[in-house]
Amino acid sequence: MAITTAIRNAVAACWRVFARPSVHYSLGFLTLGGFVAGVLFWGGFNTALEASNTEAFCISCHEMRDNPYEELKQTIHFTNRSGVRASCPDCHVPHQWTDKIARKMQASKEVWGKIFGTIDTREKFLDKRRELAEHEWDRLKANNSLECRNCHSAESMDITKQNPRAVKMHETFLFTGEKTCIDCHKGIAHRLPDMHGIEPGWNASAVK
Amino acid sequence: MTSRILIAALVLTAAIPALLMGGVSGVVAADGKPGPALSGPVVSSGPHPITLDRPAEATNREIVDDVKRVRNYADQPPLIPHAVRDYQIDLNVNKCLTCHDRRNVEGSQAPMVSVTHFQDRDGQTLGTVSPRRYFCTQCHVPQTDAKPIVGNRFRDFDAVLSTAPAKEGAK
Ligand code: HEC
Ligand code: HEC
Ligand code: HEC
Ligand code: HEC
Ligand code: HEC
Repeated sequence: MAITTAIRNAVAACWRVFARPSVHYSLGFLTLGGFVAGVLFWGGFNTALEASNTEAFCISCHEMRDNPYEELKQTIHFTNRSGVRASCPDCHVPHQWTDKIARKMQASKEVWGKIFGTIDTREKFLDKRRELAEHEWDRLKANNSLECRNCHSAESMDITKQNPRAVKMHETFLFTGEKTCIDCHKGIAHRLPDMHGIEPGWNASAVK
Repeated sequence: MTSRILIAALVLTAAIPALLMGGVSGVVAADGKPGPALSGPVVSSGPHPITLDRPAEATNREIVDDVKRVRNYADQPPLIPHAVRDYQIDLNVNKCLTCHDRRNVEGSQAPMVSVTHFQDRDGQTLGTVSPRRYFCTQCHVPQTDAKPIVGNRFRDFDAVLSTAPAKEGAK
């Protein structure tokens, strides 16, 4: 009994502090209001983030629908015997939150600066393609093909089930850590741009 | 009024043969008459009523076991023993050459394109793969496990030799 009264008193005391008016609003109002606003903002932010993380969003602008999406549809990452589809964000947006934000800011630059400003026809897209592709290669190279590895991993690869040609490559270059997926598997989801000067990953002269 | 009835009657009369025929034989999606029995599976695009939905035949599996196949004659373009799905060959890039070109075979351990691929039509050997050999899949094709639709009696050189009548003086 004594404990409940003590708690009730403590709560009441707290409440009095809370309820004491600040200049215009009560401290309680300010704190709770701030909390609610925070929840709304954070939730809204993440919801917006999630919404912009769907394939539907990516291809809502016609440049992406007419170009990368049409091409993706032909490839093994769209339909395959396993029934797993890789959508745009699977390969293009990191899963880690901080990486994700960083990538979003980079992408918004691309979206506003490049897409709406300059890439409004197929021809302009193709002209810019090498540059855009290089950004992706650099990114995947720098993070050791992180997005590929979210679905594929060297550890869970059963090379006895792979074709000899693939086994030899993976044993010599992948498992030794010498090369990463994107060094050898460029253009697995889209048509490639002009590849002059780009060495295949299995060449000694390819950039490490 | 009478003229309309007349026209309707005429139209009906004209349609009689078509109606009769339709009832008897149906409309046929013909790729020609059913020929003499072929060895091999029935061709699904063969004669059948266009109103009939024939289930598509199962697609055949690609052979991608990396095992080289015998060539039937010396200058046959060898068959492709590996997967080539989505391999891009166009102005931008030739995926095949990323492995089979002279400079790349050390890394890829693929057989190099032979010297004929560097020759133009005058027999001049060029420094790089000749434009007329650029589109590899014009000549080199992957295989599936499909059975041939039409049989053939091709025998290679050695088979022909072994059944040739022995010549005078050949011991
Ligand atoms: C959403 C998951 C996912 C992501 C992300 C992903 N893949 Fe895949 N990948 C698949 C699936 C599923 C298959 C088809 C498996 C099958 O049925 O054979 C596949 C197949 C492949 C193949 C085999 C192609 C063939 O013709 O056999 C390669 C190579 C490949 N992926 C490379 C990559 C690379 C490189 C990346 C990163 C840029 C990547 N993948 C990202 C799911 C993914
Ligand atoms: C040194 C180059 C190289 C690297 C690095 C590499 N691969 Fe491959 N990979 C190949 C080659 C060559 C093939 C066979 C040819 C093809 O499928 O186009 C292959 C085939 C595959 C296949 C299909 C297997 C089969 O049996 O057909 C998958 C899936 C694949 N790679 C995924 C990956 C992933 C995921 C990574 C990174 C973790 C990776 N590869 C890194 C060269 C490489
Ligand atoms: C399986 C992984 C994968 C998927 C799925 C994927 N991409 Fe890509 N994307 C890549 C890679 C890898 C590159 C780098 C260029 C290359 O190798 O083709 C790239 C490059 C691009 C580029 C730069 C221009 C170019 O073509 O090189 C754009 C734009 C792009 N992707 C948009 C999309 C959109 C939109 C979708 C969804 C419809 C999508 N991507 C789905 C892996 C993927
Ligand atoms: C990743 C490297 C790679 C790529 C890309 C590649 N090949 Fe190959 N190819 C090989 C290897 C390795 C062999 C040896 C047999 C094997 O392992 O499959 C081979 C074998 C062949 C052979 C059989 C040669 C013989 O003597 O029987 C032909 C023909 C061929 N490839 C054509 C092509 C064509 C056409 C393309 C493009 C559509 C292509 N290859 C793309 C690596 C490659
Ligand atoms: C006009 C037809 C034609 C085209 C196009 C063609 N080849 Fe060939 N290829 C042949 C013939 C015929 C042979 C076998 C005789 C010879 O070596 O010339 C051959 C042989 C080969 C061999 C085996 C060589 C050896 O020494 O065992 C490879 C590998 C090969 N071609 C790859 C390719 C690649 C890769 C391309 C595309 C860049 C290509 N070919 C384009 C006709 C062609």
